[in-house]
Amino acid sequence: MTATETDDGFVEFDHVQKSYDGETLVVKDLNLSIGKGEFLTMLGPSGSGKTTCLMMLAGFETATNGAIRLDGQNINEVPPHKRGIGMVFQNYALFPHMSVGENLSFPLEVRGFGKSEREAKVRRALDMVQMGDFAFRRPAQLSGGQQQRIALARALVFDPKLVLMDEPLGALDKQLREHMQFEIKRLHENLGLTVVYVTHDQGEALTMSDRVAVFNDGRIQQLAPPEDLYERPDNSFVAQFIGENNKLPGTVEELSADKALVKLDTGELIDCTPVNVADRGQRTLVSIRPERVEFKPEMMPPGAHTIQAEVLEVIYMGDIFRTRMLVAGSDEFVMKSRNTLGQTKLVPGQHIQIGWHPQDARALDPL
Amino acid sequence: MTDATAMLTTNDGQPLKAALARSQRRARRNALLLVAPLFLFVLITFVIPIGQMLSQSVYNNNFSVAAPNLGAWFDDHPQGSEIDETAFAALVADLQYMKEEKLSGSAGTRINYDISGSRSLFTGSARKVDDLTPPYAISVPALDEKWTDPNLWRAMRSASSPLTGDFYLAALDLTRDEAGVIVQVEPRQRVYKMLFGRTLMLSALITGICLVLAFPIAHLLATLPLAKSNLLMILVLLPFWTSLLVRTTSWIVLLQQQGVVNSLLVSLGIIGDDGRIQMIYNQMGTIIAMTHILLPFMVLPLYSVMRPIPPSYVRAARSLGASSWTAFRRIYLPQTVPGMAAGALLVFILSVGYYITPALVGGADGQLISNLIAFHMQKSLNWSLAAALAGLLLFGVLVLYWLYDKLVGIDNLKLG
Ligand SMILES: Nc1ncnc2c1ncn2[C@@H]1O[C@H](COP(=O)(O)OP(=O)(O)OP(=O)(O)O)[C@@H](O)[C@H]1O
Ligand SMILES: [Mg+2]
Repeated sequence: MTATETDDGFVEFDHVQKSYDGETLVVKDLNLSIGKGEFLTMLGPSGSGKTTCLMMLAGFETATNGAIRLDGQNINEVPPHKRGIGMVFQNYALFPHMSVGENLSFPLEVRGFGKSEREAKVRRALDMVQMGDFAFRRPAQLSGGQQQRIALARALVFDPKLVLMDEPLGALDKQLREHMQFEIKRLHENLGLTVVYVTHDQGEALTMSDRVAVFNDGRIQQLAPPEDLYERPDNSFVAQFIGENNKLPGTVEELSADKALVKLDTGELIDCTPVNVADRGQRTLVSIRPERVEFKPEMMPPGAHTIQAEVLEVIYMGDIFRTRMLVAGSDEFVMKSRNTLGQTKLVPGQHIQIGWHPQDARALDPL
Repeated sequence: MTDATAMLTTNDGQPLKAALARSQRRARRNALLLVAPLFLFVLITFVIPIGQMLSQSVYNNNFSVAAPNLGAWFDDHPQGSEIDETAFAALVADLQYMKEEKLSGSAGTRINYDISGSRSLFTGSARKVDDLTPPYAISVPALDEKWTDPNLWRAMRSASSPLTGDFYLAALDLTRDEAGVIVQVEPRQRVYKMLFGRTLMLSALITGICLVLAFPIAHLLATLPLAKSNLLMILVLLPFWTSLLVRTTSWIVLLQQQGVVNSLLVSLGIIGDDGRIQMIYNQMGTIIAMTHILLPFMVLPLYSVMRPIPPSYVRAARSLGASSWTAFRRIYLPQTVPGMAAGALLVFILSVGYYITPALVGGADGQLISNLIAFHMQKSLNWSLAAALAGLLLFGVLVLYWLYDKLVGIDNLKLG
């Protein structure tokens, strides 16, 4: 990334590397530009370096190499308390010896706000998260969800322009989680915040974010809006990691700009879209989403290749049927079909022909 | 609401409370049986001896059993009565009794606590009591002039009742004058208050030094990775594994005038050979050796409160805009208060009663109150005074404990 591109980047990671022990790189050449007001999520498996990136941005870890810029300024040398970044920790980190009100007042006190101003801001922040009546409670007297809200309010009370959240909802149950996702999203929109959010819950990442950065092995595998990430994964890792996915290994037979013919290892030919393949004869892994697999001839594009499948198991899931099949030697091929009126009922042992639109089958790098 | 709860019954119609009590009775009895050995142990090794000690400090019948006639005379004649013939007659009768029962020594010792030289007065006079003839008001003073001393009579009067606060008075450098009014003893003899003061001051100093030294160590222990912190913990606990005498002796080797530290300073040219510093057999020796011995008692409680404090608290504070000093002072420090208070209480109480180290390396001005208690137990054999001194010490410790409970709360105590 060059210096001319910095004008729209509010937060920028410029060729950032990080090593804790001098032997392995935990973050390898990270380049990331986050726009003002954007909600960016870092998603990835455990140990992929998400927290490390957040800690470097917050100033608790130093980048081993490269520059981190905030609002055009290099902040590598700026100590954490001068960065003005709000942060929500996974365990909330509410100060146990202070009441909720004192917790919220703390960032204002260290910034030298007067008493009346502090009180007004604290009240506003508490009302913002609907916790106005709890100012005199101790954190230990709050439920997990309430502590979460207070941690959020505390990170926002001093009006930071950038807020970092490290798995803030990790400890909550599913329902509360969904509710808090909505609340965080609402605050993001109402206050015009820039949010960098870390999670390893892909559902959370897809519903909340403007863009998602998928981390693996210290690198960003793909940086894209949720829709692109799900429908147009760039590589096998992303396809695997986001949502459910069928993989068919094979070799490229024919290749044109927007179409590829792949010969599977068991001999069948299928049509797909080339993504990560460059030459004929190359190994590839074809990825197809279970809900894009069709078994009724009238739903398939004319002339497309179909492939033989044996139904192994049909699971009724209410809104959908999940059908596990034996396809091209793999017994883990899954098809999802909507539970509509008059849907054809499949039974185990049945032999069918399945197919798909070529743009839904993506020929990616071999794993 | 209360009506509803009062009527709660079990399925088969018994009152719920009775059923609950029955089901818990067995568990409670087992629990009692389990603590019984400990209870007995505490009773035999703490409650009884301490009770004994406290009663010794206010009860001494050495004189009263040896002098029944004087006791009767003191009962009939209030303080300030003239010492007349009847008094001397009672004295002679008692001296007679003491001679027969061989009690003059112990009775004399009891009076000797108050007025020195009285023991020989009693034993000498008892030996010659058969030579005395009436009128005793003449013959007794003729035997020994000291018998007319009003102070002696005052001392005998107070010793004739076995229950007495005299030992506590003595332990506070107080005494009674001829008229029985409580006054300070002569400046030359005032030692106990000074020693109490020194004990408290040195203990406070040692506690302070321990706190200052232990805080960073405990912090390091709490933040280092486990493998390294275990090694450090072994170093901290090392003093516990060596004999107290060995440790103290090694301080003597290090600190004496011809010792390692002085020689090092001389060879480095920091001090001259004639300017070797006296670091042992004085207060400095007491402070250094006791700080070393008591340091683990400060480190452990501190460590136990610091270990569970997650680093995210300080990080949160920093991210909220606090400098590292502010984050430490406002966030970290307050959370370590229970550990600091527990460690300080422990070290202070231990050092207030410390005996062996000051005895070995304290010299003259490094002696603490315990050394004087030991002196009265072993040398002067004034057990009642020793008991009174120990009683005062115990009282002081209890006051401290109470204060701690008021300020920090005993349920916040974390000892390790
Ligand atoms: N303080 C540290 N010292 C040494 N190694 C560390 C340190 N913190 C993290 N690591 C290592 O760096 C790698 C990335 O860790 P990081 O905490 O960034 O992962 P993460 O993506 O946040 O994972 P998770 O989803 O489990 O929180 C891991 O292999 C971890 O072991
Ligand atoms: Mg993490």
